[in-house]
Amino acid sequence: MPHLWCPGCGHGIVLGAVVRAIDRLSLDKDKVAVVSGIGCASRAPGYLDFNTLHTTHGRALAFATGLKLARPDLRVIVVAGDGDLAAIGGNHLIHACRRNIDLTTVCFNNEIYGMTSGQCSPMTPTGKVATTAPFGNIERNFDLCDLTRAAGATFVARGAAYYARALSGLIEQAIKHKGFSFVEAVSQCPTYYGRRNKIGTAPDMLEWQRTHAVTAEKAAALSPEEMAGKFIIGKYFETEAPEYTEEYARLSERLKGGR
Amino acid sequence: MNPERSRIRLMQGNEACVEGAIAAGCRFYAGYPITPSTEIAELMSERLPRIGGRFIQMEDEIGSMAAVIGASLGGRKAMTATSGPGFSLKQENIGFAAVTEVPCVIVDVQRFGPSTGQPTSPGQGDVMAARWGTHGDHPAVVLSPWSVRETFDLTVRAFNLAEKLRTPVILLSDEVIAHMREKVELPDPASIEVVDRRRPTVDADEYLAYGPAPGDEGQEGYIPPMADFGDGYRYHVTALFHGLDGFPTGDHAESDFLLRRINAKIETRRSEIIQVARESLSDAEVVVVAYGCTARPAVSAVREARARGIKAGLLRLVTIWPFADEVIQETANTGRVFIVPEMNLGQVSREVERALHGAARVVPFARVDTELFTPDEILARISEEA
Repeated sequence: MPHLWCPGCGHGIVLGAVVRAIDRLSLDKDKVAVVSGIGCASRAPGYLDFNTLHTTHGRALAFATGLKLARPDLRVIVVAGDGDLAAIGGNHLIHACRRNIDLTTVCFNNEIYGMTSGQCSPMTPTGKVATTAPFGNIERNFDLCDLTRAAGATFVARGAAYYARALSGLIEQAIKHKGFSFVEAVSQCPTYYGRRNKIGTAPDMLEWQRTHAVTAEKAAALSPEEMAGKFIIGKYFETEAPEYTEEYARLSERLKGGR
Repeated sequence: MNPERSRIRLMQGNEACVEGAIAAGCRFYAGYPITPSTEIAELMSERLPRIGGRFIQMEDEIGSMAAVIGASLGGRKAMTATSGPGFSLKQENIGFAAVTEVPCVIVDVQRFGPSTGQPTSPGQGDVMAARWGTHGDHPAVVLSPWSVRETFDLTVRAFNLAEKLRTPVILLSDEVIAHMREKVELPDPASIEVVDRRRPTVDADEYLAYGPAPGDEGQEGYIPPMADFGDGYRYHVTALFHGLDGFPTGDHAESDFLLRRINAKIETRRSEIIQVARESLSDAEVVVVAYGCTARPAVSAVREARARGIKAGLLRLVTIWPFADEVIQETANTGRVFIVPEMNLGQVSREVERALHGAARVVPFARVDTELFTPDEILARISEEA
């Protein structure tokens, strides 16, 4: 399939994981809506045969909130890059978590702004080079799983493009979960991140994912020194809480009944 | 309560806006509190859940506008309301709605000043922001009420135009009209004309999200039928330039076609969109052009001038955009001087000048001290120019 992503980009793998998750759940295509913002990852909906909405930069979750509230029968999946979701859209992200509205968000995290050619993102690790951090990034990056859990998301997971099958399983669980679910998908950008930071080509970056991803169980046995530079994959957190559109429907029923 | 009696109420402009929206079929509101528009959000939060609608207080104005567009794509008639700084924040997504052709209503209750200004004081400084606030050559439909009852009527009309034209429509109110209370007789709900967006009639696999419907061919400004997300017509919505199927295009001719068509769909329907009110214009030599709150002292001034034997008249702009060029040109058959009182430094007076093309003299008349004009002030100006 011709697509706009660079050779070696991990986003196709992540998109494949999303599609396989939807397929395994046998969802009705007419009842699935995929919403995105702006950036490399946000062009993903253009390749999908669902109700697809490519919005303004950072605002995918706000558009999705309106759509889901208007049509609770739709399974609404938001796909967005780390810059889109965690920088310009950071406020919408925490409030969507807080409301626990039934949306599934997949963050394609390649730790860089790809479409605008390699600027620093809130996920660029400290010390790494970007076109707007030519001397190395002095900011600290988010841990999006900690952030979304703290903000009220009721399902949080992290996967990686290298572990594509497991990633798809996590997305499947996230879609099944009622409430706001968040999946961070570690992806690779060889063109603007790998090359500039001398990590190498796409296979090198996938190899990096293979050797630096650890499961939560394995992480528990490792010392902080051994965990340095590594990241945890798998389901991170799941709980139950009242879901926003259901709570609203209940309120509406109560008021219509005059009580 | 007697239903006839309940239609007669003492009502505020913002309240009339809510009643008008609900009468027009609005069932979704997303907003963020900002003075002097806030009562609209408060009343919507109270009214909508009782009638199966949905209200959400979003985290900011940008998100509110985004949620409105999402809800409209889901098939609900949707609106938001804001003032001054909030209106600026909404602009990017208003442009999104314009180019993706998603119907919605945005109420801007104007307040005074650039930036934070004087939040509780009136102004009319957003006329150009309503036209050109978002980037690019987008179309704009903007209505401006001068009374509480007209706020009701124009909110209904804003929804009808939005649905018919598949475009965002702006109701440009102001602090005076929004917070003023008047006795209002609401129309019988059965008598209110409500327009719904045209739905596709073709099979889903034949649906072109931005293509003409059968019979539309050859129209330069056709309005594509719109399917709701979830109803079986799967399609792509993007504010990237898109072809008839909704998918992005970099093609020069397709880009040219889309931009011209979304503008033409408004321009070719000017006569139906543009609404004005005339007072003593048939032989008027001194013409006052006013809109919104400023039209109220203006009409008193014109009546008093007539009583004193001055051939004065009022042209009240109910639709501000598209601008009523043709009506103004026609008025210049008798009018030799056009006085334009505004609570800004001349946003509409420059448009009047442009429309007149030298056919008559234009006198801009600004009051920007946060106080509404008095009839005497406008009368004095009319007398000077008579």
